[in-house]
Amino acid sequence: MNRLLVSVAVGGLVAVTACAEGATTSTVFVSAAASLTDAFAEMEDVFESANPGVDVVVNLAGSATLREQILDGAPVDVFAAANESTMTEVVTAGRAASAPVVFARNRLQIAVPLGNPGAVTALSDFADDGLLIGLCAEGVPCGDLARQALQAAGVVPSIDTSETDVRALLTKLEEGEIDAGIVYVSDVAAAGGAVESIDFGGASGFVADYPIVVMESAPNPDGAATFMDFVLSETGQRILAEHGFLH
Amino acid sequence: MTTRRSRRIVRRPPAPVVLLAAAGLAVFVVPLIGLLARAPWGDLSTVLAGDTVVDALRLSLISSVGATAVSAVLGVPLAWVLARVDFRGKSVVRGLVLLPLVIPPVVGGAALLFALGRRGVIGEVLYESTGLLLPFSTWGVVVAVTFVAMPFLVITVEGALRNLDPRFEAAAASLGASRWTVMRRVTLPMIAPSLASGLVLTWARALGEFGATVTFAGNLPGRTQTLPLAVFVGLESDRDAAVALSLVMVAIALVVLVALRDRWWRAL
Repeated sequence: MNRLLVSVAVGGLVAVTACAEGATTSTVFVSAAASLTDAFAEMEDVFESANPGVDVVVNLAGSATLREQILDGAPVDVFAAANESTMTEVVTAGRAASAPVVFARNRLQIAVPLGNPGAVTALSDFADDGLLIGLCAEGVPCGDLARQALQAAGVVPSIDTSETDVRALLTKLEEGEIDAGIVYVSDVAAAGGAVESIDFGGASGFVADYPIVVMESAPNPDGAATFMDFVLSETGQRILAEHGFLH
Repeated sequence: MTTRRSRRIVRRPPAPVVLLAAAGLAVFVVPLIGLLARAPWGDLSTVLAGDTVVDALRLSLISSVGATAVSAVLGVPLAWVLARVDFRGKSVVRGLVLLPLVIPPVVGGAALLFALGRRGVIGEVLYESTGLLLPFSTWGVVVAVTFVAMPFLVITVEGALRNLDPRFEAAAASLGASRWTVMRRVTLPMIAPSLASGLVLTWARALGEFGATVTFAGNLPGRTQTLPLAVFVGLESDRDAAVALSLVMVAIALVVLVALRDRWWRAL
């Protein structure tokens, strides 16, 4: 049913585009959280091959940076955030065309370099002065969530760096420059075996909901709706699951 | 009469030039207006008294002055060699020196991490033999900032040395001065204005450095979080603080650049 809707909508869009502008492509600007980098790259490929003539442009950054861009009037069609509070601010500012829909969920995990040089086993190791510990910065969804998890576990972390987004943290873990960090399960999946992961107790209580919405001032509202439907479709959800996101 | 007229013509350039100059100035002034418009003027003193601000200010001063000092010690000899010594592959060496001006600072930071990080080509040896770890330390900030800022010193001083009339040094040498004395008593004093402007440019670039620092040295308040890093992180969590910090940076930079312009920056 959903798929039928999508194809009807896409058909209409392509027809309209074809009539109005000949071979000119229509563009959909998507602002997506950094943790969606790989999933949305695949999303873009699959969507574009299913919708010839539609060009999806994905702008990736920390959710908070994207929020600031949107609040400052960036011409965005679709916004996919990595937590609800960021989205709420955009909605409160009257910038969303409708109520946001949660399209993916992500769980926290401890990540360590290959071989686990710091012999990290649990959240309590994050208090160890002798280890190089990295988190996402405060204000970045993965940083806020990780701090909540540490606080709930009664751990005061001995932080050596607060990285500005989750992918920067992941890079330092892959390079073995820090001993442990807290990232999303999807980031571990994205690292493709370049880091090891450790589940921690209570992690299921710290799950980030990823909301998506079409912007009120979307330059291309039809393309935006079509892309959002695609993300929520069976194909879109399968792509997200393959990249480690939860339903 | 003629002289007065010609003077007036020189003083008053053609209208298109004035218009383009105004547009050029607008490129610098417009963002500044945006910053001033967003500033939390009422809470400025509260915001600026916070620990984060004081720590970031202290670290920025340490790292920018430190990088300028390192640049002076290493960059002046490098400029001298480039200006005075003929050797094969000199253009390649000059290209290498100028590289940090062109490559994105983030790439420079990543390259530093690959070289000097705990698992880096050189860093691993350094760490295992001495326990010294540059990333996530204030020394790491100085290294990252020096990498990005030193080219400004080298190109300024090299240019000055090449424009120097060699007869002064030759005269000093013919009067029996040693090479070291010539350099100390003749060469360096003669290029002093350029050296000073090079140092100021280097310091200014060092103060604003963000990409290489955050990539190589990480971001930790009190240890590696300089003003630009505090601003970037603040934009995500506390915009008022970020804007207030930006104003502090603008104020420091303007005060120093304007004050030094009159004293020893005439060469530029």
